Amino acid sequence: MSGDDNPIFQLFWTFALISLFAIGGAVAAIPELHRVAVDVRHWMTDKQFADAFALSQLSPGPNVLIVALIGYSVAGVAGAAVATIAMCGPTAVLSYFVSRWLANAREARWSGVLQAALVPLSIGLMAASAWILGLASDRTWPGFVLTVIAALVASMTRLNPLWLLAAGGCLGFAGLL
Amino acid sequence: MANRIASAASPGADIAKDPPSLRTLFFAFAKMSLSGFGGVLVFARRAIVDEHRWMTAEEFNETFALCHFLPGPNIVNLAMVFGARLRGVAGGLAAFAGLLGPPLFLVTALAALYGHFGQIDALRQALAGVSCVAVGLLASVVFRMMSPLLKKSDVLGLAVMLAVFIAIGLARLPLAEVLLVAVPLSLAVAYAKMRWAR
Repeated sequence: MSGDDNPIFQLFWTFALISLFAIGGAVAAIPELHRVAVDVRHWMTDKQFADAFALSQLSPGPNVLIVALIGYSVAGVAGAAVATIAMCGPTAVLSYFVSRWLANAREARWSGVLQAALVPLSIGLMAASAWILGLASDRTWPGFVLTVIAALVASMTRLNPLWLLAAGGCLGFAGLL
Repeated sequence: MANRIASAASPGADIAKDPPSLRTLFFAFAKMSLSGFGGVLVFARRAIVDEHRWMTAEEFNETFALCHFLPGPNIVNLAMVFGARLRGVAGGLAAFAGLLGPPLFLVTALAALYGHFGQIDALRQALAGVSCVAVGLLASVVFRMMSPLLKKSDVLGLAVMLAVFIAIGLARLPLAEVLLVAVPLSLAVAYAKMRWAR
């Protein structure tokens, strides 16, 4: 990685590469996004990464938009757009061709094995996401307790998650965390 | 809930003759995307299967399963595949743009606000509270996905899951290297289990 590299190109290649390994969706890719953006490229701090995740959960749309926030912190509006296109474009094209190919040759048995194999993988990746984001977010005991309560309420009720996010914002605003 | 949706759906046989226009696709996906807080899948299913009847529940599940085990953001892959199925490449692009464009605009505006005001104490504290809850929500999704493995006491599946968690979450190894080991291993386990079951 040379210092005079254009940041837009860096963003594009970084996210295009990560997307090819993003099995199980955007949230499963969060540990890798964190590793690259915080530890390797030093685009943002641990705290800023946690904030980006929080902002991406606060706004509607696919979870993958956390990459727009990372891109924005590197190269502004253009960075946000390039990061999103790099993270979504190549794999969308790949999906298009695979789905066309599968429409001709249906291999239901293989898709069953693939699914059975990939489900535990993607759960492990998502658990790692929760762990890494938890380390970045839960810097105080009240914060940790809030995370646990949110997890329990979301697991046991059908409450709209937006209410929980809003409650967390209010508690934080009141200086309780 | 999945069963109820499945039984409510009816096949949209006339879709092939009269597919929705590019504009309709764009706005339908923009609408699902903008109503989707914390994930768009639920809204996509509701719109595609129940509201517009562009797909049956089975077709939707099949398409989503495909997009789930391909790399990349699942719902974006789904938009591309679905749009292309109805209206060719242009349809795929219309759905893709509808899904990503409007929320990208919103999230960029949020990023700009964060850039300007992110250092204000009250806002930082509020955002810290939001992120604590967001982590809790993510944990609940993990529990929910894990519970079928626990119920089946799928020891091998749980072992793969735990190994991936340790390698990525604790050891912080690069994803590509972990997957190069874990994917073949997990495939072998799944294949062996399938052979056993017969």
